[in-house]
Amino acid sequence: MLRSVCKLVQAQKANFATAASAAPAPQTKPEILYTGLFINNEWVKSSDGKTFKTENPANGQVIAEVQHANKADVDKAVKAARDAFKLGSPWRTMDASERGALINKLADLIERDRTYLASLETLDNGKPYKDSYFGDLYASIKNLRYYAGWADKIHGNVLPADGKYFAYTRHEPVGVCGQIIPWNFPILMAAWKLGPALATGCTVVMKPAEQTPLTALYIAQLVKEAGFPPGVVNMLPGYGDTGAAIVDHPDVDKVAFTGSTEVGKLIQRGAASTIKRITLELGGKSPNIVLADTDLPRAVEAAHNALFYNMGQCCCAGSRTFVEDKIYDQFVELSAERANRRVVGDPFRPDVEQGPQIDNEQRDKILQLISSGSRQGARLAAGGGAAPGPGYFVQPTVFCDVTDDMDIAKTEIFGPVQQILKFSQFDEVVERANNSEYGLAAAVFTKDLDKANYFVQRLRAGTIWVNDYNVFGNQVPFGGFKQSGLGRENGPYGLRNYLEVKAVVVKLADKNT
Amino acid sequence: MVKVDVKYTKLFINNEWVDAVSKKTFPTINPQDETVITQVAEGDKADIDLAVAAAKKAFHRYSPWRTMDASQRGLLLLKLAELLESQSRYLAELETLDCGKPVKQSEEEVYFSASVLRYYAGKADKILGNTIPSDGEVLTFTMKEPVGVCGQIIPWNYPIPMMSWKIAPALAAGCTVVLKPAEQTPLTALAVAALVKEAGFPPGVVNVVPGYGATAGGALTHHPDVDKIAFTGSTEVGRIILGAASAVNLKRVTLELGGKSPLVVFNDADVEKAAQIAHAAAFANAGQCCCAGTRTYVQSGIYDKFVKKAAEIAEKRSVGNPFEDVQQGPQIDEEMYKKVLNYIVAGKEGGARCVAGGDKVGDKGYYIKPTVFADVQDDMKIAREEIFGPVQSILKFETFDEVVDRANDTNYGLAAGIITNDITVAMSFSKHVRAGSIWINTYEHVTTQTPFGGFKDSGLGRELGEDGISQYLETKTITMHVPKKPEF
Repeated sequence: MLRSVCKLVQAQKANFATAASAAPAPQTKPEILYTGLFINNEWVKSSDGKTFKTENPANGQVIAEVQHANKADVDKAVKAARDAFKLGSPWRTMDASERGALINKLADLIERDRTYLASLETLDNGKPYKDSYFGDLYASIKNLRYYAGWADKIHGNVLPADGKYFAYTRHEPVGVCGQIIPWNFPILMAAWKLGPALATGCTVVMKPAEQTPLTALYIAQLVKEAGFPPGVVNMLPGYGDTGAAIVDHPDVDKVAFTGSTEVGKLIQRGAASTIKRITLELGGKSPNIVLADTDLPRAVEAAHNALFYNMGQCCCAGSRTFVEDKIYDQFVELSAERANRRVVGDPFRPDVEQGPQIDNEQRDKILQLISSGSRQGARLAAGGGAAPGPGYFVQPTVFCDVTDDMDIAKTEIFGPVQQILKFSQFDEVVERANNSEYGLAAAVFTKDLDKANYFVQRLRAGTIWVNDYNVFGNQVPFGGFKQSGLGRENGPYGLRNYLEVKAVVVKLADKNT
Repeated sequence: MVKVDVKYTKLFINNEWVDAVSKKTFPTINPQDETVITQVAEGDKADIDLAVAAAKKAFHRYSPWRTMDASQRGLLLLKLAELLESQSRYLAELETLDCGKPVKQSEEEVYFSASVLRYYAGKADKILGNTIPSDGEVLTFTMKEPVGVCGQIIPWNYPIPMMSWKIAPALAAGCTVVLKPAEQTPLTALAVAALVKEAGFPPGVVNVVPGYGATAGGALTHHPDVDKIAFTGSTEVGRIILGAASAVNLKRVTLELGGKSPLVVFNDADVEKAAQIAHAAAFANAGQCCCAGTRTYVQSGIYDKFVKKAAEIAEKRSVGNPFEDVQQGPQIDEEMYKKVLNYIVAGKEGGARCVAGGDKVGDKGYYIKPTVFADVQDDMKIAREEIFGPVQSILKFETFDEVVDRANDTNYGLAAGIITNDITVAMSFSKHVRAGSIWINTYEHVTTQTPFGGFKDSGLGRELGEDGISQYLETKTITMHVPKKPEF
């Protein structure tokens, strides 16, 4: 066994969090206040009385029964959003700066209820409470504040057109937006979608994931408390059928979806019949490339978190760790040792790093892929199966000697399973990294400037991290090349998805420059 | 007389209240009754040196200010905006005490100032550089860095708003500031400085040094460690500052100076509405507004009717104690008061017809009657020189091109206005008049989102809006060699 000085590097979280201090004590049994449909700032039941249950993945128990929106409910919500978008409505006639003030108010309210929301998020999703509190909630608050600041700074242009004309562009809100969000970062995904849509003046019909409706529903009530006019934000819990009804609705101008590539393709096809504007944030199988010149312990820790963060349920997880041959064996040993040290358990405990997977279906899929890994010849270096207890726990698993043709190297696992592959030449690893229908993210770990630039230029991915992983800034665009998505979220780029350009050309009597 | 508690009268340096090094003080006067409100520490060169040193230290590359996230700067500005709003009544009363503007107007201006802080709070983490496809084996990008230590000299006509217009973009960009308020109105600048500290800005980021122009202002504009000067005031002093800026180092300079802005009313205008707009344009803030509509050109078809209406409205304008419900308080001080009265005399002697006002009000305080002159000619003193008082001049014109030429016939170019419903006339006027702000069927509509500033002698650069931040930034181009065919 190789002896190496292995510094106990502080667990590196996805880089939203700041404080190393403890979070306020969680509410392990938070009160469930909202389980209905939120339309026109009112809480209503589904029109056919259907409900569904949402469970706590840490123990499989039902938390609450939630209303299930059907097509008729979708029609009502879209109509509410359409009315709120009419010219002359309170939403359309308020100053842009006032929209910004409302979004800031929503951020304030989420901050006020941060402990409750972080607790509810952990209860419904299973992620460690300290990640909910310092990661998801903090980033959501900041994201809304970021977009609040954009509301009165969305400029069109005046353009030097040929001829005797005064020509300018108006950047108008695209209209009624259907937003379908996933279960892996429920509140954060709601914030990423609401921020730019509201900043630009659109109205929204949002469908949270069926696995995790609760925090989105609470946010809806905060939207009302903040003072948004009725119909500006509507929240419809439900299943894929609810989402499909939103995508198909002729009065929805734009659809934004985050989820699997498979469903993303269905949505793109569905949108075609009405030329709906769409943006998609889909899956990934992101390569994390570690060169021999890098700080090894640091790279091991970063690669560990790149994969295992959020129970591996991260679209941009570093799920193909390519390690230069010179340091491969050391890297594997350190990674296995780190994975074995990963604390799995009750997500409300402050020492826990990994909670349960979201549900049974996901866990089964993960376990099947783990079997395929061993079956197809990869070597299991750590973990390899379900973890004990109620709830959908999986052992932190590490495979080495993985080759590109294995299922675990090609298929998005969305679980705590790390693949470590060996490479020797740079052009070889670039080709292998790019050999995927995905292109969401990538990273390179090296001290060398020229090498870093080499990889930055050649990797076909929407985000390239150099010497770090899972760094998200509200100011920086995020999204996928190829089948990892269409369009970008966050930063100024995130606004484009919610704007429609109107060019205005006015005839003049004379011309000068 | 309303009692307002004056809490801060010292210099604000490094988040601390200090006496002037010389221990000297100067009085600030209440223009309602010419009495001294209080003594204020008088900053001079030695104090400016201390303040600039503090600002320079706060700008060091490892300082808390330089190492915090841009979004965090934004949060501090938001906090400051909230604090202003929470104290709007107190700040409004202090403003009215020191400068004489009606208290309702002061309070509105506190909210306006907060909106400017909010606008730039949102801008802090949205200042973008570029990556550029430059020729050669390189990767090129530009960074927009804070320009550095900024000297900011503000006037007495809108003390709190002028402070917000200056510090908001500077702080959003990451600069540090030494601000010298006008000697006539130091009190609210000091009260806002206290809120800067309460909001949580690190020491040295904002420093406020009251004092006189020639001494404290001169020291600031000559200081070798000041990277940039922003000044709002008269064109005359603006020229001096521009000269001083190049005396020692090469300070970047922005200036917001005087104006003699034309407001042009065409025959198709609704006379009543146009006269109301023109009245506000001339008399807002007792005429003490750089962009006041001080040359009202009215087309001959409606001239007489317009003059009659303008006189009527001016006669009805209420003048008195600004703590009561009046439209107009006193002028700022004795010097301006006498200057304005001299212009009124010049107007009469020059041959203009005085149709309203034309004299002072009472014997105590600097009150002047809202005054309207008709039959004004372009070559009269009152038509060429900036009066900065409640005096409206109404001139007659016949044709479009004639009035465009006459409107442009000035060394100023701050603003202009037009009242007409004809699209083509409105658009052509906007194109041909050489002024930084053009208002169509409104006047003096200035918001935090819209850039404001002058052509020609009315200024250099723009404030507010997106343009307002560019002058607090310096572009750095970074070019990195990236081999097209790397060998490894």
